[in-house]
Amino acid sequence: MIALSDYLILGAILFAISVAGIYLNRKNVIILLMSIELMLLAVNLNFIAFSHYLNDLAGQVFVFFILTVAAAESAIGLAIIIVLFRRRHTINIEDLDTLKG
Amino acid sequence: MNNIFADIQLATPEIFVFSMACVILLVDRFTHERMPKASFLLTQLTLLVGLYLVYTTVPEGGAVRAFNDMFVLDGMATLTKLAVLFLTFIVLIYSYSYITERKMYRGEYFVLILNAVLGMMVMISASHFLTIYIGLELLSLSLYTLVAMNRHSGLATEAAMKYFVLGALASGMLLYGMSMIYGATGSLDIESIRDAIQGMESDDAMLILGLVFIVVGLGFKLGVVPFHMWIPAIYQGAPTSVVLFIGTAPKVAAFALIMRLLVEGFQGLAVSWSDMLVIIAILSMATGNLLAIVQTNLKRMLAFSTISHMGYFLLGILSANPNGYSASLFYILVYSFTSLAAFGLIIMMSRAGFEAEEISDYKGLNKRHPWFAFLVALVMFSMAGIPPTVGFFAKLSVIQALIDVEMYWLAVVAVLFAVIGAYYYLRIVKTVYFDKPETNEPIEAKSGMQFVLSLNVIALILIMPWIGIIMDACINAISTMG
Repeated sequence: MIALSDYLILGAILFAISVAGIYLNRKNVIILLMSIELMLLAVNLNFIAFSHYLNDLAGQVFVFFILTVAAAESAIGLAIIIVLFRRRHTINIEDLDTLKG
Repeated sequence: MNNIFADIQLATPEIFVFSMACVILLVDRFTHERMPKASFLLTQLTLLVGLYLVYTTVPEGGAVRAFNDMFVLDGMATLTKLAVLFLTFIVLIYSYSYITERKMYRGEYFVLILNAVLGMMVMISASHFLTIYIGLELLSLSLYTLVAMNRHSGLATEAAMKYFVLGALASGMLLYGMSMIYGATGSLDIESIRDAIQGMESDDAMLILGLVFIVVGLGFKLGVVPFHMWIPAIYQGAPTSVVLFIGTAPKVAAFALIMRLLVEGFQGLAVSWSDMLVIIAILSMATGNLLAIVQTNLKRMLAFSTISHMGYFLLGILSANPNGYSASLFYILVYSFTSLAAFGLIIMMSRAGFEAEEISDYKGLNKRHPWFAFLVALVMFSMAGIPPTVGFFAKLSVIQALIDVEMYWLAVVAVLFAVIGAYYYLRIVKTVYFDKPETNEPIEAKSGMQFVLSLNVIALILIMPWIGIIMDACINAISTMG
């Protein structure tokens, strides 16, 4: 039997990896998108684990919504990356420094 | 389940706005060549009818819940929805000429604005984590797209990318917090969460962890220090008409979001979140006001001023009593109308190929167009909070709320930073009145927009006799929450 805390630790590790991915990554915008996806998946894992241990379906329903919104979110993210590449001919984060701050 | 028709009736404004967004998307396909104005007029009509519907669906006394407690309608929801719809209506009047001149006039622009409005309305009426999340994402996703709408501008695209990444990060934080709260309380419904927290110890580790993540997520969405990095980039990079929208209506919706989550949901943890907000508020007032001084770009300066205003706005919330909440509501309403006027003026001064966003563009405006110069000065006075403008009463009410809960030192800090802030607002007034103009080009303004904008600015002073009524409305709105 896997304990609830194991799931939570896994979720926390995934979440930490994704936040680190957003902050440390200086190369590629696509990796940012991957980190964002990973972050939402970490949250999903949390919700499902809690939902199972609380015997409450609401958490799993929430996960369906998060998955759907995440799909819409990455569609918009990719669209912005395409527009960005057309204008700048690069998706390197270090080149995106015209707007300091 | 029992009475689905009564539920639907409560959500009529939302359903109407959503249906009209779909209709406009279709209609625009057939009219965008022959009658390009049709989608603009339809959108405005939608917002007006939406205002009417929100006004007529006011429940009698107290809060009414619907859709299995996912949706709540109370005085606060009605007032903030009215504000959101009305602000968007004015925003579209201001942006009409801006987007036509810059070839951004497309049906999608209006559909996205309406979807953002719908997202805000859902968020305002949410009483369940799921509805809050869906409303927030509907708003955010529409805003990311709106920022990227001007595909020919590298700056706008870069701003959209930054907004997207940080916005998604904020949603992730908020969700992680929600999952922790769900684990700690076993519920996603705000009312049950409140009841569950009452029966728990207030230093429960999982609860506090969830609360911290939720406050961080809200901080990102609100744009307060230390989560403010995206605000200056978006304000500078995005098209002014979109900044006008982002800087007004969503701020009011953000107030509602904070009220729903922190005040309704985590009433039992008020001591914890109020301490976190104190730090955030002080940092925002300091960073916003100090960094605004060194800006040469007017939009960037207004971005930092937004950050400091959000700090002041939090002062009312962190005093954690109904007086403070209504002071914050009043502050955010006043702030959004003032910043509506400020960005309206930037739009008015700009034309295709000239954005009028550098402070030096305003040199000697008094000699070129005395009336505009007067309007700019009034707006800056209101932003700085100089009497007799309404901005003064807004600052007064939040500081009053602090004094009521005996946080004198924080009130002193707030006033101190307000004085520092006055410097850069008055610098604009100085530029407008006492500097030599660089060009003598006359300013052509569209008369219709000039009229509305003048009304908007003059209202910042002339509203005075009715301030009591507005404040009463705010107090009323907060007292019917539940």
